Amino acid sequence: MAEYVLPILFFLVIGAVIGVLLTAASKVFYVRTDETVQKISDALPGANCGGCGYSGCDGYARAVAAGEAPADLCKPGGAAAAKKIGGIMGIEVGDVERVTAFVRCNGNCGATEDKYTYIGSGSCAAIERFYNGKGKCRAGCHGMGDCVKVCENGCISIVNGVSAVDPTNCTGCGKCVRACPNKLIVLIKESQRCIVRCSSLDTGKETRQICKNGCIACGICVKKCPSGAIAIDSNHALIDPNKCTGCGVCVKACPVKCITAVSAGMVIENCNTDE
Amino acid sequence: MELVRDLMIILFTGILTENFILNKFYGICPFLGVSKTTDGALGMGLAVTAVMVGASAVTYPIYHFVLVPLNIEYLNTVCFILVIAAFVQTVEMVLKKYVPALYSSLGVYLPLITTNCAVLGVTILNIDNEYGFVESVVNALAGGIGFLLVMVIFSGVRERISRCDIPKALEGTPVTLIAASITSLSFVGFSGIVDGIFGG
Repeated sequence: MAEYVLPILFFLVIGAVIGVLLTAASKVFYVRTDETVQKISDALPGANCGGCGYSGCDGYARAVAAGEAPADLCKPGGAAAAKKIGGIMGIEVGDVERVTAFVRCNGNCGATEDKYTYIGSGSCAAIERFYNGKGKCRAGCHGMGDCVKVCENGCISIVNGVSAVDPTNCTGCGKCVRACPNKLIVLIKESQRCIVRCSSLDTGKETRQICKNGCIACGICVKKCPSGAIAIDSNHALIDPNKCTGCGVCVKACPVKCITAVSAGMVIENCNTDE
Repeated sequence: MELVRDLMIILFTGILTENFILNKFYGICPFLGVSKTTDGALGMGLAVTAVMVGASAVTYPIYHFVLVPLNIEYLNTVCFILVIAAFVQTVEMVLKKYVPALYSSLGVYLPLITTNCAVLGVTILNIDNEYGFVESVVNALAGGIGFLLVMVIFSGVRERISRCDIPKALEGTPVTLIAASITSLSFVGFSGIVDGIFGG
């Protein structure tokens, strides 16, 4: 009889002892968790995308609660999350504008050529190490899809040799921005109307020789722009989104058609070469 | 002097020749799961070392002063798991209270130590090898240091792997397992070293 009762008794006793000890320990070592952190965590989307620059939603929540981070850094959460966090922290938060990723390369549809044949690992980062990529343009898209691989929402695809972002599902987390070895991808605000779709910093002559669609810094857009929003900097046109009214004059005027009109529901356009 | 020599033999055997991960194949789960970065590997190794030593110190009296007199030694596995789980819980609470930085950096790995078979393994080995209290604790310390050592070494290997061009078919877990087997082979090179040092 004892051989059946003893084990049961033993576990009853040891279970009770451990239970009591753990309960006591949880009282002795009780730590008051910060309720603010929990509330902010609940207000965040919980995607842990890292777009805010912190390790994840919890890391960001802790930073906000500690007053180290502003309330409007969460891009996937957008204005709604920023408002909630502002409410929890008791601070006013301005509207956060939705940002989406945009690829600043226009070298699609054979506008530019390869300078060598690449056989090897299918990664932009790898190609970049061999003479700044296989394309003639060292600033251009390698088209091997490093950005496609990191996008969690499947917004990016390689269209005609250049990666393109479908902004519909883009959360603006910025993973593709960090993945692109050429830093071609930028986050643009939803209100931005026109953007120069080229990142080349070569001179106009050089650019013209290697890519039909590259910005040659001719300055026509600067002259034509009625609101003075465009400037040439380092052989490259730059549009100031704060001044741009979206009139579209520059888009029509650009001789190489590398200025693109963007709007919220933009669908990836096809080749824009003259042919 | 005899005792010190025995303890040194246990220590070196546990760390090098009878390494928990690479020779006994205990604790493979955290070995593969947490070895992606050196920081994580170091934290996990230290936490496991602490829990191993603590668990050995707690299970020794339970076995010898409760289970043996009651003639229910066969319950040691179940009983030890229970004790280890409780011990990990306590460690977690203590860390949360006094070292919150370490607590948050260990994160989910801390509760996972409960199911780390290396911890259970060391407590059972202490019994099987009929170690005394001091020997048990030293054995646990050796197991923990060995675990820590291999974790940190392997995290370095994996950081190198992550920067290599791996054939598609081997990406991820396969190449990690291959690297683990080669690391394990390299530890075979230590066989006989303890006999060599202490003239066993």
